[in-house]
Amino acid sequence: MSDYLDRLRKARDEGDLAALGEAIPYAKWMGMAPENSTGELLTRMRYKPDLIGNTHLPALHGGTIGSLMEMAAIFHLLWEFDNETLPKIVNITVDYLRSGRPIDTIAKATVTKQGRRVVNVSVEAWQEDRSRPVAAAQIHFLVNATS
Amino acid sequence: MADELSLAVFQEWFSDTIPQNKALGLQVIGVRRGFATMKLEWQPHLVGNPETGVLFGGALTTMIDGCSGMAVATMLTEPAPFATLDLRIDYIKPATPGQAVIAEAECFKLTNNVAFTRAVAHHGDPTDPIASSAGTFMMGTKGTVLQAQTLGARLAKGAAS
Repeated sequence: MSDYLDRLRKARDEGDLAALGEAIPYAKWMGMAPENSTGELLTRMRYKPDLIGNTHLPALHGGTIGSLMEMAAIFHLLWEFDNETLPKIVNITVDYLRSGRPIDTIAKATVTKQGRRVVNVSVEAWQEDRSRPVAAAQIHFLVNATS
Repeated sequence: MADELSLAVFQEWFSDTIPQNKALGLQVIGVRRGFATMKLEWQPHLVGNPETGVLFGGALTTMIDGCSGMAVATMLTEPAPFATLDLRIDYIKPATPGQAVIAEAECFKLTNNVAFTRAVAHHGDPTDPIASSAGTFMMGTKGTVLQAQTLGARLAKGAAS
């Protein structure tokens, strides 16, 4: 058991959701953090000019939306499941549905199938209107894998 | 092979003027018609696992998306805006902490509507990959044509001469 997971477990036991985001350097740098003010676990990527990939539209870089969805899935697995290791990504497929406008983006992960070694997670990302998603992703993670 | 001017031009248009690529510090290190190569230095703020120092997968997603998009641009002889339609990435082994990652992308087919790409990320040996990817890009999307999206003509001219 790692110090890092111990810290995350402590955060979970104490209901300290913010600690989850602060523990991952990339999440901090990108401005991604979990929230559950509405009772469901969502991950928000705060807009900042650095996230732009197309300055003419302008639109968020597709990679940042893909990253947000991966992060949302990891936060979900860390928060909802008692993993003994950090989930390890196997692959991700991202469908880009609309261009991401220069505002906050929110992602919600749902576990499609939890196996003993591998978990399949669906993620949806949207901005102001949840019924108009900007992207959808399917991700496989190895969990509780020995290596 | 890429002449230095092409490298400088693509560096300007695919890294320096794309805010997220610039924030990541992506460097264009290779370009020819249909192919793009980029380099990403290991940086502490890109780490996804603080225990091991391994880069977050998403940092590679952004790099591969950007590099694949640049490979598409090298194929264009006429300006056309385009956008990522889908991107699949297999993470084959973790990136080694402290080591730079190289992404090589190829646009192997361009049609009127869709461009098809594949890419691999590695530490210097493409036969020992960190990640492998397949992508598609929608051509002729809305928006202003970027100057970058006309750069392929330059490479096509070079290839013909």
